[in-house]
Amino acid sequence: MKKLLLGDEAIALGALNAGLSGVYAYPGTPSTEITEFIQKDGGAAAAKVHSRWCTNEKTAMEAALGMSYAGKRALVCMKHVGMNVCADAFVNSAITGVNGGLVVVAADDPSMHSSQNEQDSRFYAGFAMTPLFEPSTQQEAYDMVQEAFDFSEKIKLPVVIRMVTRLAHSRAAVETEVERRDQNAVNLPEGRSWVLLPAIARRNYLTLIDKQKDILKYNESSSAIECQSGVRKSALGVIACGIAYNYVKESGVDVPILKINRYPISESAVKSLADRCSRIVVVEDGQPVVEQEIRGMLGAGYRIEGRLTGILPRTGELDPDNVAAALGAAGCQNLTSSELPVAPRPPQLCPGCGHRDVYAALNKVASEYPEARIFGDIGCYTLGALPPFSAIASCVDMGASITMAKGASDAGVYPAIAVIGDSTFTHSGMTGLLDAVNENADITVILSDNLTTAMTGGQDSAGTSKFEAICRGLGVSEEHVRVVVPLPANMDNITSVIREEIEYHGVSVIIPRRECMQTLKRHKK
Amino acid sequence: MKKDIILCGVGGQGILSIATVIGEAATRAGITLKQAEVHGMSQRGGDVQSNLRLSTGTIWSDLIPRGQADLIISMEPMEALRYASCLSADAIVVTGSVPLVNIPNYPPIEQIQQSLSSLPHCVSLDIDAVAKQAGNPRGANMVLLGAASAHLGILSQAQIREAIAVVFAPKGDAVVQANLKCFDSAL
Repeated sequence: MKKLLLGDEAIALGALNAGLSGVYAYPGTPSTEITEFIQKDGGAAAAKVHSRWCTNEKTAMEAALGMSYAGKRALVCMKHVGMNVCADAFVNSAITGVNGGLVVVAADDPSMHSSQNEQDSRFYAGFAMTPLFEPSTQQEAYDMVQEAFDFSEKIKLPVVIRMVTRLAHSRAAVETEVERRDQNAVNLPEGRSWVLLPAIARRNYLTLIDKQKDILKYNESSSAIECQSGVRKSALGVIACGIAYNYVKESGVDVPILKINRYPISESAVKSLADRCSRIVVVEDGQPVVEQEIRGMLGAGYRIEGRLTGILPRTGELDPDNVAAALGAAGCQNLTSSELPVAPRPPQLCPGCGHRDVYAALNKVASEYPEARIFGDIGCYTLGALPPFSAIASCVDMGASITMAKGASDAGVYPAIAVIGDSTFTHSGMTGLLDAVNENADITVILSDNLTTAMTGGQDSAGTSKFEAICRGLGVSEEHVRVVVPLPANMDNITSVIREEIEYHGVSVIIPRRECMQTLKRHKK
Repeated sequence: MKKDIILCGVGGQGILSIATVIGEAATRAGITLKQAEVHGMSQRGGDVQSNLRLSTGTIWSDLIPRGQADLIISMEPMEALRYASCLSADAIVVTGSVPLVNIPNYPPIEQIQQSLSSLPHCVSLDIDAVAKQAGNPRGANMVLLGAASAHLGILSQAQIREAIAVVFAPKGDAVVQANLKCFDSAL
């Protein structure tokens, strides 16, 4: 049956049809739609497929590993930077190995459409020595997730699937099965190989090394060189990875192409392409992973070009235009060359959003303290960095607002203020708050609670209705956990609470609480 | 035969619904389609666009190569201009005429109108007013789709009407009829 699916939805449906028992994830663009699709699927609900959001990517990875331990198939989904959060569990899951199939989807964001960096998840798979599949199309995404579950169970390792924004958020028709594979039954492993004591881990690590040749053999069987006109020899040869293959084909160049969808890459395939050509252009979205790697395979004398040599841009996503230019395929002329009256239109906080009132109040109070610094975090409220508020001094990673404010306070900055959202706080802010409490740091934390994970579209937030209890439980004294309602009418109250807590030289948490305008609209319908 | 379309506007204006309708129509007609959408941060009042490619043959890239777009369908006049450099020589622009000013440095509307009228083929229409007249102020995007439907070529207006009925069916017959009325009022 043909279905029109986003790349993300193709992953989700492929996993369900492969007998998935649980998806574990924290929302993050461009990966969110995978879990949302499974949450909305009637069949998944009936079959009790786990799909509730996790607190962060690390808890997601570990829970999925637990499901795999029990013998069932589990899927973990995250945006690329989520791989940093779950890296401890992920890297060690290659040492324990898996029981039920375990597939980790990392959705990279070249061009940083909604991210802080362009890190390439292929490095993570190489680092952990796990197989990685990289689909080029929605159909491949659907097919590969099923293949990945089978291969994971065969090789007893987690398999990573790397997506990029353009594939995750692009729709195309996908041929899908009607029948779903049954879920695995619980089947507990014997022995102690899951206990990573040094003596056991050393043995497991040798097993992991030993598996590498099997992975390579598997990948080699699917590494064919294609050439439209069938010519054997050509000056130019192209290595096209994942979605880059589409741009190469769009350009219409008729040269030998080695399409790469599985990692680690086959050295013999790269060498046989090199034999047929006198230079190779590597076209890969993200960082120059393959371009670097094949240098070692082909030696210093062989001409290899790509992002490192400048034939393709060093940063940003690939597109049909920069790929065509790199391959010498002339593009079309632009219709207009003259300057048009077009101004940038950056995203902004919604009209009526509570974060607006929070920043209005913060700016008002901060103006009374010339040395004040406001440390921001990841979420809609990061937009407080832009006019008209221009309020925050930093935004680095999930939870960094509290710990950076603490470090700055340690250095002598006063007042040191953190702004963090409710979901980001439970994701990675709580542990930092405990550090601050243990040293009675002189910081003021604004925990802006809109009752949802708003930036990614309004998913449930793990700590809703628990924040006062969490803060008190971590040791913030009761009289310094203050709740306000962020509305223009309450501006006097909010500013005086902020002022009082800045004047208190210890840890205070102010919780401005009002529902997100987007979810409010939805709830009213 | 192919038709490369750029759908654009401001986050929240409903361009993804237009894309969904055209996508449904194309799928029902057996036409190949790729549709790159923008999700995430930009949906908060920033500029958003969707590359929609329709073809009777194979489509490789999810993105439209520069200079190959056949049609821009824009909810907002300045946003139509943002993608003018993507257009092919005989391309058509169909745009809403009323500016959405949510930035301090929005250019003078006269300049925008002048640039739009200097394009080879531009249709500019007060889609909000037409939607209001049709009794469905939230249906401006379907008015725009109606105005653009004559230029789709690869899909007929009847096929688009059918797709509107299918896409909005889960929201009830009243919503379907209101959207069809908006669509028809711009034909």
